[in-house]
Amino acid sequence: MSPTRTGQDRDGIPNGPGAAAILAAGVGCGALGCLAFAGDASPAFGKLLNFYNPVGTLSGVTTVTIVVWLATWFVLGRLWGNKTIALGAVNIVAFALLAIGLLLTFPPFMDLLQGK
Amino acid sequence: MEITTRDLLTVLHGMGFGALFMLAFSGALAELYRISAPGAPSSMSTREQGLLAFYLAAMVILAWLTAFSGAYLIYPWYRAVPPAGLTDLSDYPRRLLLSSGKTSGWHNVGMEWKEHVAWVAPIAMTMVAYVAMKYRRSIAQHRNMRVAVLTFAVAAFLATGVAGTFGAFLNKFAPVRGGAVITLMQGK
Repeated sequence: MSPTRTGQDRDGIPNGPGAAAILAAGVGCGALGCLAFAGDASPAFGKLLNFYNPVGTLSGVTTVTIVVWLATWFVLGRLWGNKTIALGAVNIVAFALLAIGLLLTFPPFMDLLQGK
Repeated sequence: MEITTRDLLTVLHGMGFGALFMLAFSGALAELYRISAPGAPSSMSTREQGLLAFYLAAMVILAWLTAFSGAYLIYPWYRAVPPAGLTDLSDYPRRLLLSSGKTSGWHNVGMEWKEHVAWVAPIAMTMVAYVAMKYRRSIAQHRNMRVAVLTFAVAAFLATGVAGTFGAFLNKFAPVRGGAVITLMQGK
């Protein structure tokens, strides 16, 4: 996903900002799944994610997910802001992370991974 | 005709924010496809661009309101722990569902899935709105960007569908109840 060339579309906007948003969304979804799974699989980690007692582990899962997503977007946006990126590779990674996020939030799949 | 504050906020979360967000998907998906499909008109008027930006921004706001109200307003009532020895669990939906093997799956699968997967929607829709507003019609020149936007929009739709469907069933089997009573109309 390194910059392949400098270039812009007809409106003068490089694809870097779009690529940063797409990959960050994938990272956010992947982080959501990983945190949900980790919180479910490990009571100690689940307790660590209990930022707000009335909401329990979900409070940490959602807060950390949002922080990871926005931080990734910010960093990638700074790195890729004026560049043209190989978007095909970005998409593959983003879709894989989205799939991980969707799968790891599905309780029967979580249970399968934990051997329950 | 009465309603409790918890009933009202649950309706606001599910119908006011969630259902409206869900309804908006058909228009968003059709418009995103229309502006990005090969052979689409090469330019959008300022009015069309403004309307699309407003529409997507409204969807993003609805998505975040739905997710936050669900997790931080409704969910604490859902998962509240009853006092020891209480036999009537009707005010404690999670414990009520888990008290019977016939209903425990609604929590163990339904709520556990819903409470997490719902967050895919606002993250995905924020990206979709940002990219659509930044690139507007020129998104048609970026095939992979178009694919990503539509894929994440569909993922957001599916995540919302899962959350909304289980929300409706959970509210049927173990509704969140309680709070102050609001009288909407006096009966005859």
